[in-house]
Amino acid sequence: MTEPILRVENLHVNFGGIRAADDVNVDVHPGERLAIIGPNGSGKTTFLNLCTGYVKPDSGHVYLEGNSITRLTPRTIARRGIARSFQIPQLFTDKTLVENIMLGVAARRGIWDVLRPLNRPDYRREAERFIELVGLQESTEKLAGELPEGTRKLADIAIALTLKPRLLLLDEPTSGVSARERFALMETLIPALREEDVTAVFVEHDMDLVRRYAERVLVWDSGRVIAAGPPDTVLQDPQVLQNVVGV
Amino acid sequence: MMRITLIAVGLLLAVLLPLAIPWLNFVFIMAVAQGFAALGVVLLLRAGMISIGHAVFLASGAYVTAFLLRQTGITDLGLILLVATLGSGLFGFLIGMFMVRYRAIFFAMLNMAVSMVVFALLAKLYHLTGGTDGVRVATPTVLGAVLDRTVFDSLLLYISLALLVAVGWLVHRYLSSPLGKALEAVHTNEVRLEYLGVSAWGVLLYAYTISAALAGLGGALAAIAVGHVVPELAYWTHSGQLVLIAVLGGIGGVVGPFIGALFFEIVRVVAAGYAAYTWNMIVGLALLGVIFFLPNGLYGLVQRLLKRGGGS
Repeated sequence: MTEPILRVENLHVNFGGIRAADDVNVDVHPGERLAIIGPNGSGKTTFLNLCTGYVKPDSGHVYLEGNSITRLTPRTIARRGIARSFQIPQLFTDKTLVENIMLGVAARRGIWDVLRPLNRPDYRREAERFIELVGLQESTEKLAGELPEGTRKLADIAIALTLKPRLLLLDEPTSGVSARERFALMETLIPALREEDVTAVFVEHDMDLVRRYAERVLVWDSGRVIAAGPPDTVLQDPQVLQNVVGV
Repeated sequence: MMRITLIAVGLLLAVLLPLAIPWLNFVFIMAVAQGFAALGVVLLLRAGMISIGHAVFLASGAYVTAFLLRQTGITDLGLILLVATLGSGLFGFLIGMFMVRYRAIFFAMLNMAVSMVVFALLAKLYHLTGGTDGVRVATPTVLGAVLDRTVFDSLLLYISLALLVAVGWLVHRYLSSPLGKALEAVHTNEVRLEYLGVSAWGVLLYAYTISAALAGLGGALAAIAVGHVVPELAYWTHSGQLVLIAVLGGIGGVVGPFIGALFFEIVRVVAAGYAAYTWNMIVGLALLGVIFFLPNGLYGLVQRLLKRGGGS
């Protein structure tokens, strides 16, 4: 077994007495597509926030490729190789899609360049490649704030990919997208992740998507991982079916 | 092309008009000086931050100028402008390290608090600053030459306009650069910026330092033009005036604050002659007009006219 890209050990965090992470232990392996499922408020997004430094744990450790990132800021963790997308897409709404992506490219290559324009040929070329990767060529020059939800979701992922992360955390990539468009979005996303050689962890509520696109599933409930394994096995578990899937 | 032509015509008028109407010389220099300080305010406004204390950096540039001329024997105009600009930039960097941690009303009020502390120090430290009497600013030399005041004033206008073009171009480049776009991004989505590995604190500190240096340059020009510096330069109402000029001119481009400053100075001077007690009202009405009808300021109006005329 290869060394995990992300290792979470004995993670605990409480919000005013509510256990959002209760002795969480997770390994994510390189190249894996790991889905996190669970009821609302079970601690799935908190887990992503803990891994990206937005929330600091009360105790426990988070390691990226063997190095502790437990107390680092989101900014530093982003530079170390973990990027994320958000449940509500986080874009620069007053800028066009291509400007958003170019800013991401500039953030990776060096933001402190003060005399050359952001809109320069090499940045634009790279930005257009990322836009093509997620299939949004038609929206290149549109304002990010005016894009439809599904497009905004993909744009949010594209801007995260500009950092060339080794691990991408996706918080409900298909929420707010119509049932019909969800598969199309995932059909665009998964090859893009493969092409960029990015390990992905995604929080998801749609079990059909989980069955089809995840290689492994973690089931969350009340801040704890209550089941883990391949989707076909985990989603047959009576406890999971009752508590999470609602069958 | 149309825009460049317009700027060139504007600069030409600024050079030629004072030859016909000499009192405009002083008005134009003060407009450039205030414009530099308002441009500093504009940089922060682009990040969604309002400073109601930026006149403190204008005052620092003015007082550095006065001290250099009075106490160090440095009299060269170029060197004085450079030291005043860098000195204010350094002052801005030191204050900014603390200040840019705050947002919204806290940022605005903390800037005002610092400016009022500096105002009080300038007014109270009589032996050092001349107290409320201020400090006289002698006429600097230019490349070693001692010039007649009238000749010097004309030269100061040309130098101010040259600085406007050079510094304005540099600021324009900065605002178009990744760092300039990141500055706007602080306003739109600071969370995303941090998740891109960019320090919003660093981006803001850079802008704050530049904005202080710009205000310092404006302060140095104003001190030399007026020939006297007083603590009121740092008073909070002066900071408010800079915000007013910035909004009047428009925050969309580098030219806006200078248009706003020119409008402000002309209204002030003309109204002083014809309606001494109403100039504030005229400026206030103009501001209301801009807020209601010109969201991009007077510069926005110029842009709109250019578009209508088929310009780019």
